[in-house]
Amino acid sequence: MKFFVTIVAMCFSLLVVAQKCNSKLGGTIDDFHDGSKIVGASLYIESLNTYAVTNLDGDFQFINLCDGIYNITVSHIACDTKFLQIEVKGNTTFNINLEHHVEELEEIRVKGSAVKTQANTSQETVLKSNDLEAFSSGSLGDALKQVSGVSSLNTGNTIVKPVINGLHSSRIIVMINGVRLQDQDWGIEHAPNIDINSAESISIIKGSGALAFGGDAIGGVVIMNPQRIFLKDSLFGKTITSAQTNGRGYSLSSKLTKTYTKGWYISGQGTLKRYGDFEAPDYSLTNTGLDSKSFSINAGYQTFEQGFNVFYSFLNNEIGILRSSHIGNIGDLVTAINNQQPQVVDGFSYDINSPRQDVTHQVFKVEFYKRFKKFGRLDIQYDFQNNQRLEYDLRVGDDRNKPALDLTLKTHSIKTNLKLDSNIGNTYEIGLSANYQNNFANPNTGVRRLIPDYDKYDFGIYAISDFKINDKLRIDFGVRYDLNRYDAKKFYQTSRWQEQGYDIDFNNFVIEDLGTQLLTNPKFDYHNFSASAGTTYDINEHHALLFNYSLSNRAPNPSELFSDGLHHSAARIELGDLRINQETSNRFAFSYLFSSKKMRFNFEAFYNHVNDFIYVEPTGTQQTIRGAFPVWSYKQTNASLVGLDVSVDYVISNHWSFRNRSSLLKGYDLDLNRPLIDMPSNNTMNSLKYNNEQWLNFNAELQSELVFRQNEFPDNNFEAFIPTTNQTVLVDISTPPPTYHLLHFNSDVTFGLSDQADLNVGISIQNLLNVSYRNYLNRLRYFADDLGRNIMLQLKINY
Amino acid sequence: MKNIKSIFVLTLVSLFFISCSNDDDVNPVPVNEEEVITTLIATLNATNGTPITMEFRDLDGDGPDAPVITVSSALLANTTYNGSLNLLNETTDPAESIREEIEEEANDHQFFFSNSSDLVTFAYGDEDGNDNPIGLLFSLTTTTVGNDTMTITLRHEPNKEAEGVSGGDITNAGGETDIAVTFPFTIE
Repeated sequence: MKFFVTIVAMCFSLLVVAQKCNSKLGGTIDDFHDGSKIVGASLYIESLNTYAVTNLDGDFQFINLCDGIYNITVSHIACDTKFLQIEVKGNTTFNINLEHHVEELEEIRVKGSAVKTQANTSQETVLKSNDLEAFSSGSLGDALKQVSGVSSLNTGNTIVKPVINGLHSSRIIVMINGVRLQDQDWGIEHAPNIDINSAESISIIKGSGALAFGGDAIGGVVIMNPQRIFLKDSLFGKTITSAQTNGRGYSLSSKLTKTYTKGWYISGQGTLKRYGDFEAPDYSLTNTGLDSKSFSINAGYQTFEQGFNVFYSFLNNEIGILRSSHIGNIGDLVTAINNQQPQVVDGFSYDINSPRQDVTHQVFKVEFYKRFKKFGRLDIQYDFQNNQRLEYDLRVGDDRNKPALDLTLKTHSIKTNLKLDSNIGNTYEIGLSANYQNNFANPNTGVRRLIPDYDKYDFGIYAISDFKINDKLRIDFGVRYDLNRYDAKKFYQTSRWQEQGYDIDFNNFVIEDLGTQLLTNPKFDYHNFSASAGTTYDINEHHALLFNYSLSNRAPNPSELFSDGLHHSAARIELGDLRINQETSNRFAFSYLFSSKKMRFNFEAFYNHVNDFIYVEPTGTQQTIRGAFPVWSYKQTNASLVGLDVSVDYVISNHWSFRNRSSLLKGYDLDLNRPLIDMPSNNTMNSLKYNNEQWLNFNAELQSELVFRQNEFPDNNFEAFIPTTNQTVLVDISTPPPTYHLLHFNSDVTFGLSDQADLNVGISIQNLLNVSYRNYLNRLRYFADDLGRNIMLQLKINY
Repeated sequence: MKNIKSIFVLTLVSLFFISCSNDDDVNPVPVNEEEVITTLIATLNATNGTPITMEFRDLDGDGPDAPVITVSSALLANTTYNGSLNLLNETTDPAESIREEIEEEANDHQFFFSNSSDLVTFAYGDEDGNDNPIGLLFSLTTTTVGNDTMTITLRHEPNKEAEGVSGGDITNAGGETDIAVTFPFTIE
């Protein structure tokens, strides 16, 4: 078609050659954002090999043109080159808008990086594709641990939840390609359903300052960004494959992107991972395999003025859970703790048996944006997510292959954002969002529902402003209001309903009495107000400061409200509480950044005061036919978290560099005057790296990871009578494991295959010395050691 | 002005989306737990004297109500009782027998018996397909007069081949506990 048009145009131009050629083409070039005149832009007519340049008023003129259609190239430093077809008929005036890349340029200057940041005055760290590729075979939670102050809460080694400054689960928002992930993040053993390979870069924002994403991110926001699209005809891709000794498995991930100058693009990506039983230094961790499959398609049209994006992603994870972690009662737990060795150790196998999880997550999104001249940009987005979670327990008889938990969570969201950026110095954003969420708990499991059927409605509205006072000082403010409404239908055991006193406080919720069970219809509305204010100040080219304050409210999640049942992996009965209200966080943050040619030093401090902090702790024991169980109830208290995160990058010489990431954190329960449970312990990572570009860009890095014992923990130990052995024993569920130190090594070289393709071959060894250790934040620490040595070979091809 | 109009229209479209929510008022169906064991009944028969039943009943399963434990009468001294266990799920109507499931998967289950004073001894009265004990049938022999307890433990997937396990010693059995119940009784 284009060819045809060109031919026609050429014929047309030939035709007009005979005509008189004294027409003029003139006009003005303006900046798209603020309408300011663009000086010194060049215009080029290829067919005539003629140039024109705009003067101080942004005006240009070509003279002595023949009437006809011309292809004109408009270019200016810091602008996207623009291709135009202009018809000249007599004296013609044509005005042109150029997109001035002021924003992007400024980011490069301020951050020393081409990666665009998400929030202006928040403590934000960006992990780029290089940092992420090393974790291609792992999980999001593992990759994020590169950032100081980010740790993880594990169930074994394949279920890894990120913890930002001590907070996790519903207190962290995970964004994937502009969609807020809704995947039952309330559960401690529910890891984010994300393939790390689908992201090109990841931003980690500590605290709740990024209000556009939500007002309830008391811990922080994790933003996974897809590949940035550039307007040129190009086809490129990347394949990463790895094989490793621990788990005897492989991972394969591939991505292919096609872009066009006109703005169209399509990108496809897929990942397969398969592992068998992992190994601790001294034994096999029976039933810890993983089978993961995922793919995503991202397509659309993108120009400066408008565009749209369609995105679909599918992920299925089948995850084995350590066989020995499934226990019957307190007696079994005591035996497991005292044995220091898993009860069941079988030979290596790829089989994934019960207990296991089978989770499928799908995301569909359409997004549209348009920029308006001298005004701003409007985004509208709709997304749908479907999360299905099946959990299989050890069961007998006909139920053996029936899931014990079968939840389907569907979420529809729509949001709009309007950014007013006609004045580059002061920008304003306002936005609306609305969600409808439905949870369906399949009753065919034959197990009482852990999480009930519910409908949830959310509505949010926010306004954010950003002021550049001068080159050095920048201030931003934001406010947000959210309404969260729950409409649940839940069966309570009549005995539980009465024991909790709900028959007095919530009798109006009962809609049906089935004798031993009551059907209830709890309805709750939560009004949440959040705000944020911050400033950055660049003292000079080396020193910069950041202050940020954020207020946020988080409504309780379904687990905190409605939990009601036995957790086999923890041998405990967990009880939510309908009386729980939202928690309120006031977070103060301060950062100091020093950067010079040789050194980059970043010091981040925060104080987070959380009123009505929701937590779960033992409140008594309960006798059942299986013996005694501790009851863990959700409660609220006032808490404070205070911490320091330090990162240092130092270039020692041409080839040698040093890196340090350290964090300190204290979490305190202010009402009970004791430490908070499950706080990450202090840790420090140091690495020494050698790089030589002459030797095929050879890299070798030795890393030392030191994780201290958590000395501050609440003592939740209790005594229990074990009828089988006729003894009363102390159940030590609190004492954290000792300090451990691990060494890791990695090395890689890059071969050029052609102008556009290269091959990177890397080897990495984790836990080089095969140290036996346990981590305080691994829920399976009672049952088995963490992973032993793992040797991984990775091939990366960019083409 | 045109911009503002477009924005207005787009906002209206979004509001339209927001307002379509489905309002199905169908109530969920209750779940009757299938493999809950609410009741354990041990029946003891001797050639002389009346049969004795020991019952453990916890109708709300993992609910807050405490279990009810009853022992019908005292045992006679120097007597051998033939014991039999029955396990029920009484949350369903009619009650479901869990005993049958255990018989079907006998290789994966074993009961263990223990007492606090040494006034009684236990012996297994049945075998699974591998000639290992199950414990649904057992015998209890009393010695002298006094007070004692009987603790019955059911282990799922125990290692029946481990040392002492087939003799009734739980120490090396492993597996996970499905039942752990204690009955106090008197010997007259």
